Amino acid sequence: MIRTALFCVASFVALSSTCFAHKVWLRPSQTSLSGSEPWVTVDAAVSNDLFYFNHFPLGLDGLVVIGPEGKEVAAQNESVGKYRSVFDVALEEQGTYRIAVLNKGMFASWEEGGERKRWRGTPATFDGVIPEGATNVSISESIGRVETFVTNGAPTGTALESTGEGIELAPVSHPNDLYAGEEGTFQLLVNGKPAPEMEIEIIQGGTRYRNAQDSARVKTDDEGKFSYKWPEAGMYWLSTSKNDTDTSIPNATQRRLSYTATLEVLPQ
Amino acid sequence: MRTFSAWLVLLVMGTAPIAAAELSLDVEIPRLDVSEYHRPYVAIWVQDEDQKVAANLAVWYQIRGSRKGHGTKWLPDLRQWWRRSGRGLEMPVDGISSATRPAGKHELKFNTADSELAKLKPGKYTLLVEASREVGGRELVEISFEWPKKTAEPIKVRGGKELGEVVLTITP
Repeated sequence: MIRTALFCVASFVALSSTCFAHKVWLRPSQTSLSGSEPWVTVDAAVSNDLFYFNHFPLGLDGLVVIGPEGKEVAAQNESVGKYRSVFDVALEEQGTYRIAVLNKGMFASWEEGGERKRWRGTPATFDGVIPEGATNVSISESIGRVETFVTNGAPTGTALESTGEGIELAPVSHPNDLYAGEEGTFQLLVNGKPAPEMEIEIIQGGTRYRNAQDSARVKTDDEGKFSYKWPEAGMYWLSTSKNDTDTSIPNATQRRLSYTATLEVLPQ
Repeated sequence: MRTFSAWLVLLVMGTAPIAAAELSLDVEIPRLDVSEYHRPYVAIWVQDEDQKVAANLAVWYQIRGSRKGHGTKWLPDLRQWWRRSGRGLEMPVDGISSATRPAGKHELKFNTADSELAKLKPGKYTLLVEASREVGGRELVEISFEWPKKTAEPIKVRGGKELGEVVLTITP
């Protein structure tokens, strides 16, 4: 039981698809801030319910905060608890911050002496893992992005610029300029290029207090764009994934991409 | 020549009332029977038909101490104003921002010579008064009007809880 659970946690790092039932998320204390020195505190967790930490904390090894100037900003007070991880970000500059946990992983399997072997890790720890004489070697790569956005003052775009790696959300509507009853439009990018035919699942938080997930599914158009009209104010979770063969690791044949974002929709 | 004179007369007639107009506003902050009372933050502005801010008239928030940016932390609670205008401003703004005010009726007068109103082009506008109170509620009242206004008849609107009577009088 514990082993399965641990395996699942490991899979979130490597392949978030392995444990379908669970959702990975960041949840900022607020997204629209003002003042001389505003801070946000962010919960990071893996759970079924949105946004309640009742299953596993999300590891913060891949935490990257990009500030309004496009430069990396250090998170503070990082802590990993039983059910959630927590960290703070001081918003010293005016504009939008992109807060993300990036997980780059590798999965390998092979046969050795008639036995099937499996390995999970990162490109950095891969050297020498597969023994000589191994047959039926299969190597795959994974890139997962779990992110959210917060703004001090007026929304800006620099932090949202594409890194060109994995699935990313490009703004048509700014992610910190979303209002109940209005439509939000975004473009999905894969490796920096518009990604058509992607299916996005959108779920509003507060699932514990209703009977159904009430998830909405939207698809990207030819330009990789999708729109969704927010039915009410609240925190929303967006998720999408894709398998392709556009790998960056030598000998890898398959790539698994996943993306989730937490967006706050404000009341009118 | 005659046509030119006619145009000149029209021009003078057309612009003169705007130049002389005065916008007066009565805003009532109601006295509330609550155990913990804080004066509300209030924003007053004029927006055009596309909900774009045409003129910022007033923002009352907690200005205390000399620390830069003090009291601005809760400005986003004036959420419409914050979205439409506040988040792009560097507070304090001369002639617009001032301290919070106590319960009672407050009269504000703006002359069109004031820069914020001077830039109003003739058209349809909405005056908005938004109030947000710590440990209390938030309310937005709207008054639609045409600019320039032809009569001095006051337009009255009453808020529900956080705002009392708001009266807009534009003297042509």
